[in-house]
Order: sequence, then C-alpha cells, then structure tokens
Amino acid sequence: MTDLSLQGLSKRFGAFTAVDDISLDIPDGSFVCLLGPSGCGKTTLLRLLAGLETPSAGRLLVAGEDVTDTPAHARGFGMVFQSLALFPHLTVGENVAYPLSIRGRPKAECRARAEELLALVQLDGMGGRRIHQLSGGQRQRVAIARGLAIEPRLFLLDEPLSALDANLREHMQVELRQLQQRLGVTTVVVTHDQKEALTMADIVIVMDQGRVQQVGPPMEVYRDPANAFVAGFIGTSNLLPCDLREGEIAVSGHRIALDPADRVKAAPGAAMLSVRPEDVRIAEDGLPGTVSFIRDLGESVQVLIDHGDREITALYAPGARPEVAVGQKVGFGFAPGGRVVLPA
Amino acid sequence: MSGPTGKPTPGWLAALPAGWLVVFFLVPFAIMLGVSVAHRVPGGFYEPGFELASYARFLTPFFGKILLTSVALSAGAAAICVALAFPFTVILARMGRRAQTLVLVALLAVLSLSEVIIGFSLSTLLSKTAGIGNFFAWLGLIEESRAYAPSFFALMTGLCYLALPYAVLVLYPPVSRLDPELGEAARIMGATPLRAFWTVTVPMLRAPLMGAGILVFVFTLGVYLLPQVLGQPAHWTLSVHITDQAIFQSNLPFAAAMAVLLLLVSLALVGLTLLLGRDRERAA
Repeated sequence: MTDLSLQGLSKRFGAFTAVDDISLDIPDGSFVCLLGPSGCGKTTLLRLLAGLETPSAGRLLVAGEDVTDTPAHARGFGMVFQSLALFPHLTVGENVAYPLSIRGRPKAECRARAEELLALVQLDGMGGRRIHQLSGGQRQRVAIARGLAIEPRLFLLDEPLSALDANLREHMQVELRQLQQRLGVTTVVVTHDQKEALTMADIVIVMDQGRVQQVGPPMEVYRDPANAFVAGFIGTSNLLPCDLREGEIAVSGHRIALDPADRVKAAPGAAMLSVRPEDVRIAEDGLPGTVSFIRDLGESVQVLIDHGDREITALYAPGARPEVAVGQKVGFGFAPGGRVVLPA
Repeated sequence: MSGPTGKPTPGWLAALPAGWLVVFFLVPFAIMLGVSVAHRVPGGFYEPGFELASYARFLTPFFGKILLTSVALSAGAAAICVALAFPFTVILARMGRRAQTLVLVALLAVLSLSEVIIGFSLSTLLSKTAGIGNFFAWLGLIEESRAYAPSFFALMTGLCYLALPYAVLVLYPPVSRLDPELGEAARIMGATPLRAFWTVTVPMLRAPLMGAGILVFVFTLGVYLLPQVLGQPAHWTLSVHITDQAIFQSNLPFAAAMAVLLLLVSLALVGLTLLLGRDRERAA
C-alpha cells in the first residue's frame, strides 16, 4: 500500500529552484529520513509536505487523496519544528492538547489525552509545568507528544534533535524510532546528520541541489551508493578516478580484476572507484602509497595513506592492526566485493 | 580597548540619573504640590499657605464629568490605536527589509509633526468649505458639503493620528522578534490563520499590547490643544481646563490641584491595568 506519493513536486523561489521535480512513493508506516547538506532543499521539501509552502508544480497524494491544494490546518499532520515552536504562554499539558482544543474537543478529553501522551514520552505528571521550567530534552519530548496528539496521518520532523548534546541526541534517536515503530505512523525526518539517518530510518532519501540522489534502505545506500555524491556524503568513502574495462579497472596504471560481488554502475571508460575505509587492505602488491598518519579511535584503528595527491583512509579492527609505521612505503588494495564503480 | 579590568562600576554613576530625576521631576512636582495647597488671591496671584479649597472645588459634578470625559477619551484613543497598530505592525513585520525601513521612516516623520500642525490640518481637512465634505458632495455621497469638525469624531481622529506612531513603535520590536514558526506550528495543528492569530500571536504579545495601550492613554491624557481645535466644549479635557485655569484665569492653585488629581487618577488606572494583567497571567 502506498501511503505518501510525490508526483513531480517542484518549488522555485524566483530563479532559484529549491526542490526540482521530485517523484517518490513512500509505503505506509515507514520512517523516512531526508538527508543532505544544508541548502539541498530538504527543509523546503518537508514544508511542501506540511502545506507551509505551495508547490510550483506537481501533486502530493496521501493514501490516494490529493492534498496539494489542502491548506496546512486541514491536512491532519503532526510536525516538530527545529525551534520546537512550543507556546510559552501555555502549560506543558495545554501545549500537548492544543491540536485537540483547537478542534473543539471537550476539556476533560483534552486533559486525559495530554496525560496519556506525556506518559508516552515519559513526562508523566509534568502537564502543569511551564515550558521554561523544562530542560532541552524534556521540551523535545513535549514537541513530539504535541505532534502526535491527533494521531496524525503523517508525522514530520525538521532537524528535531539538532539542539541536543551528543549523548542525549543518540538516546532520543533510539527513543523516537521505538515510538514510531510502536505507533506505526508514517514519519518523515529532515536531517543533515548521516549517522542519525542510518540509525533511525527505514528509507533514506539523499538529496543534493534540489534533486533526489538516491532512495533506499540505510545499509543499501551505505554499501551501494548510486553516485559519487552519495558515496562521499554518506560515511567516509575513498574516491579514485579509474578506467573501466571488461572485467577489470585501471587505477593510476594498476590493473585490478573485478569480483562478481563488486558493483559496477558506470559505462566502460572513465569512471570513479568508491571504496569504504573498512574495505581498504594493506598488501605487498597493491597501489603504492606512504603511511602518513595512524590513530586509535577506540573501536577501530584508522590508517591514512598518501597516494599521489589523494589521501586514502583505511579502517581496521583493533585486533587486526597492521604492522606499519608512519612514513613507511606500503602497497594497498581493496577487498573483493567492496569496490563500487560509479559514473565519473 | 584595554581599559582597566576588574574595576567595579563606580557607585556615584547612579547619582547622575538620580540627580536628574530630582531636579527635573521631583522638585517641579513638589512645587506643584505646594502651589496646589496655596491660598489664592482673587484678581491677583497666590500666597503661600495650606488649604484644601482648590481640591474641594474640584469635587463637583461639573469637574467630575470633565475628569470622566478625559479618561474616556484617552481610553478610547488607546483602544483604537492598539486595535489599529497591532494588525498594522504584524503586516509590517512580514514585509521585506526595505519596505519596513520605508514605513518606519514615514512613521518617524509623522512624529516630527507638532500637535498644532496636526490639529489645524485636520480642522481644515474636516471643514465645510475646504474639506473632504466637498469631495463627498462631488462623489454624490452627500447632498452638499458639511463640516465634520469640531466634533467627537474629529477629536478622536486627531488623538489617534498623534498617538498611533508611538503604539506602532512600542509594538514593532516584540512583533518582529516573534518566531514565525509558532504561527506555522499552530496552523499545522489545525488552527486556521485567524485562529492561530487569536490563540498564539495575541496571547504571546499581551504585555507589549498592554504597554502600547498604557503609553497612548497617558500620552493623550496630557493633550490640551487638540480638544480645543477639533472638539466641542463638551469634549474639553481636564488638560484644557488646567491650561485655562493656569493661564487665563490666573488660578494657579486650582490648576495645580487638578494636575495632581489627574496624575493620581492616571497612576491608579495604570496600576489597576497592570494588576489585572498580572492576575490573568497567574490564572492562565
């Protein structure tokens, strides 16, 4: 069942195209992360979904119903803003119950539902407090509870965790994901933090310059990037220009036979080789390089290798630390199956 | 910028504004208080003394009505100014930077007009021979031109014209600082733009709105020229009568007594407004 359907959605501000002809189908109950660098159009896309911006072209369908011309207040969505946008003149409980009281529900029902929602986000009994009496993490929870008050058809979040410190952010990522799984509400989160996207999402949508670069499950986007932008943006990738031939590639004169598990997405000729740091291997007969830096990251060991004008990053488990020293000339290769050949 | 650090602000610095306050506000007020209880010499000036005759004279229905007129006029002007200035400022804050600057400069230009110019311009504009009556007659809205001044309407127009820029300038900073995401959040949660305005924008700006109202109220309470130029004698405010007593009747003690009473009444009203506002905030 397709719940959310974007059909050629575009948004132009004067000569600037913020969202460029995006078509997507998102299944019911998915947790979707819109991921991209700042200015890539992800927030504009979210505002188009919310009805806060009017699309220049295209349609938006929710469960088959065309909501393109439905004003924001009639869409029945929930949203958490980057600034949280909690109302300081209302108590915590009144904030959470605002979507209900604005719909004219009786006071007793509003209060009961607010208590229920606050319990859901572990803020039991805080309904009488003022917003300014809460910590950052508690405000975050209030905003989430308020967004879920009417059991929205679509739950939208704009960089919801960006104001929290690192520990709390990771905790909230897990909590948000669990909450979404429990309620089964279709959720779209905007983030520029790829770790956050990989942690929470069923589907990651990578955007750049107003266009969708790749759509897929997090591990697929990570292991199998569609182009050099996605490879560079998600995690760390070593990108090397290469020449693609039949069954092999040539990287700075070295011929490397391709494995059937390697992914080739480019046509023969000039291409770009993308390899994750954990798939780089130090080997006698590989490409030449010089070890420039070694550092322990706790859960892994990072080795930087100078290769001409490029720096190659290799990642090892602590137990598999290679016997190399800074300044040593080494050879390096790539694990079969870890090579992705992308269009140049 | 390497001044001596760690040196506390000298205490005598506070003496400067304090001295200013004493010399320019407290001393004149004390003189006025003294004059208000002085003994009036009919046909002459006044001689020092202590009597409450001037205050007693005020306690008549005639002056009571005048006080009521003054308060009602100023309260009306405050209500109208805030009602006009608030939506105006909200729209202003949503305009582009350049447009905002232009409008604000125009508002400040209006402030440079004196009460005299505003009063006489309006009285001309609302007159029978040279005013908008001719225009309405030409349009066919009325049979023949008529005068719209002096009247209550003309006086209220003048007061609002005078005070509106102040109301806008008081409201502008808090309105422009208001996070637009708050209104958007209300809309997503099911509030129409109008309901979002009433349930979020207005309650969040209650303090500045009250501040603007009090400013206009106090400011128009002191206006003494406009009632004479644009109003009928029935609309003459206490300020007009204070001027009249002080300058034309040479009865300074009575003028001073009225001024003291006006001050007390306006202080009491402002205090009451603030008290009511605070109670509502606590109840909310």
